[in-house]
Amino acid sequence: MKTDIILAGVGGQGILSIATVIGTAAMANNLYIKQAETHGMSQRGGAVQSDLRLSDRPIASDLIPLGQADIILSVEPMEALRYLPFLKPDGWVVTSSAPMINVPDYPEVERVLDVLRARERTVLVDADRLATEAGNIKASNMVMLGAATPFIHLTAADMEQAIRTIFGRKGDDVVAVNIEALRRGIAAAAV
Amino acid sequence: MNQKLLLGDEAIAQAALDAGLSGVYAYPGTPSTEITEYIQGSPEARARYIHSDWACNEKTAMEAALGMAYAGKRTLVCMKHVGLNASADAFMNTAITGVNGGMIIVAADDPSMHSSQNEQDSRYYGKFAMLPVMEPSSQQEAYDMVWAGYELSERVKLPVLMRVTTRMAHSRTTIVQRPAIAPRTVSFPEDRRSFILLPVFARMQYKKLIAVQPELQAASTDMGFNRFLPGSDTSLGIITTGIGYNYLMENFPDGCPYPVVKIVQYPIPQAYISKLVGMCNRVLVIEEGMPFVEEQLKGLVPHPAFTVEGRLSGLLPRDGELSPYLVAKALGLNPVVTGSVPDVVVNRPPALCKGCGHQDMYNALNAVMAQYENGRVFGDIGCYTLGALPPFKAIDGCVDMGASVTMAKGASDAGVRPAVAVIGDSTFTHSGMTGLLDAVLEKTPMTVIISDNSTTAMTGGQDSHGYGILARICLGLGVEEEHLKVLVPLKKNHEENVRILAGEVAYEGLSVVIFQRECVQTAARRLRAEKQNKK
Repeated sequence: MKTDIILAGVGGQGILSIATVIGTAAMANNLYIKQAETHGMSQRGGAVQSDLRLSDRPIASDLIPLGQADIILSVEPMEALRYLPFLKPDGWVVTSSAPMINVPDYPEVERVLDVLRARERTVLVDADRLATEAGNIKASNMVMLGAATPFIHLTAADMEQAIRTIFGRKGDDVVAVNIEALRRGIAAAAV
Repeated sequence: MNQKLLLGDEAIAQAALDAGLSGVYAYPGTPSTEITEYIQGSPEARARYIHSDWACNEKTAMEAALGMAYAGKRTLVCMKHVGLNASADAFMNTAITGVNGGMIIVAADDPSMHSSQNEQDSRYYGKFAMLPVMEPSSQQEAYDMVWAGYELSERVKLPVLMRVTTRMAHSRTTIVQRPAIAPRTVSFPEDRRSFILLPVFARMQYKKLIAVQPELQAASTDMGFNRFLPGSDTSLGIITTGIGYNYLMENFPDGCPYPVVKIVQYPIPQAYISKLVGMCNRVLVIEEGMPFVEEQLKGLVPHPAFTVEGRLSGLLPRDGELSPYLVAKALGLNPVVTGSVPDVVVNRPPALCKGCGHQDMYNALNAVMAQYENGRVFGDIGCYTLGALPPFKAIDGCVDMGASVTMAKGASDAGVRPAVAVIGDSTFTHSGMTGLLDAVLEKTPMTVIISDNSTTAMTGGQDSHGYGILARICLGLGVEEEHLKVLVPLKKNHEENVRILAGEVAYEGLSVVIFQRECVQTAARRLRAEKQNKK
């Protein structure tokens, strides 16, 4: 068993909290984990990426080799496309459809979404709307995690337990909203 | 078995805590910052009164750590690679004085320059100073090497340099911890002269350093971190250093067919290298960083018995980080990549945050500089370096911590008018103050803008040593009171800020203009924390 995930987004969008939940769930399942993060300059609104690797065997490289990722999990649609060279030919793209427009030459959003819609094995999720429905737009990360859960060798119950572990100290309300967001994400991916 | 999911940086910090650390000394710098932050956030470190406050710069950090090591305690110094330049005077001489308590110096290198102005390889510094160097290939190895590093440091009475690179520092994995030991108590060096580097004593100390080299060479094999890994196919021999080993093994999940020398400790283990070149006439060196081993192995003239390949031969790129893909290509494995980036994707470079005060400062500065044909602005290291990019394109230089002030001075001396420096508050107290004193003493016609956001922002908002005292520092250095202005960079103040800044830029003498407004990221975090405390 091995799952290589490219987490993508824009600095400040909090892709690392997705990584933390997956990492915690994986550790609880005694899997090997390596998770390479982006710190420093690019965190200032630049493109950020995290390589998250799970396996039942020891993992050698902190970086996912080109063309070997199983999933690109992105919280921003254009960022999902940036890492396609890392994806396996039969890999999945799971991305939020909500653009983060902080550069003057950001392409027409529909053009970005069209590329994604035209691609097989792509899950495009209206994460902001689902998160709002779950109780807080900030939980759109957990919606995206939910949408990717079917493609990761971890169960929804594993993810929920990890959310309880991580968000527990922030109170029951925060845990409930995040779990609801996760569930809505899972449901969205199933459609 | 105590397991934790830790960054490489955090594994180093945890190991130091477990191994009886008494104090960490550091200036923030990517990718090293999280080592010190982890210790600052550790309840056990607080309970044990472990020193962890940030230092003004890497030199003060190195010297304070040496003082603690003088007193017999275990200490850690952390910095990014270029921080080792700033502390090089102290660093080189720690090799001459040696240490009494264990001292580990962590230099975090940044190949591919993700957040840096060069990709220098700190192993050269280790060789230069004739000190043992550790270069862990994994986070667990980093944890174990901190323990072993302290033991080695105390045994040979020398500091140990630990070199890590971005991907090790900033990658998270499971670490198995060892039971913690008690910190050392105060003790003093046996020979009082060893820390007094008068020439007469320094010569004696240098001979000791030379004499201990064979012991360091022996440690490179005896300590067990460097390995000779046999392989059946001797058509190629491989030498890996640091995380290069991981990229090799990624390509051979069921074992590498070639014999491998895995180097993670220096000096280079000569016995293993001799064994490898004795059985292989073609050697590939896979190292993250500069061709440090490759160059030494290759020498100046071709060796009749073997050829050496790697970054110098062009089989691997001469610059930048390695990756599993690049190593696969060097191994002739012909990796296939099918996907490509669609044309619709545009670059998303980092930018100043929305509402950031540096923006208002640059808007004022650009309005002033537009009046001049040949004025020049020298920037410095920090978020405000992003003022180089559109829409501001406001600076003409960015070299090293503090160089804005001194380069503006030199340009002014050369006749450039106006000559302006832009430096952040933390960078100013790191290395800008001495340059300002030069300019004060010579009444150099130039303007120093201190863009004060009251934090070390680029690295994540660490304390800034000039907080609340920048104006007093400038006055104390001798800046004329009537040419020291403090402005608030806000849109509503733009016209007034332009007027005042224009006046100071036009002044044929030294002026300092402090633009003071809290970093929006720090402010947001502070407000969140205050809200949390109220609950």
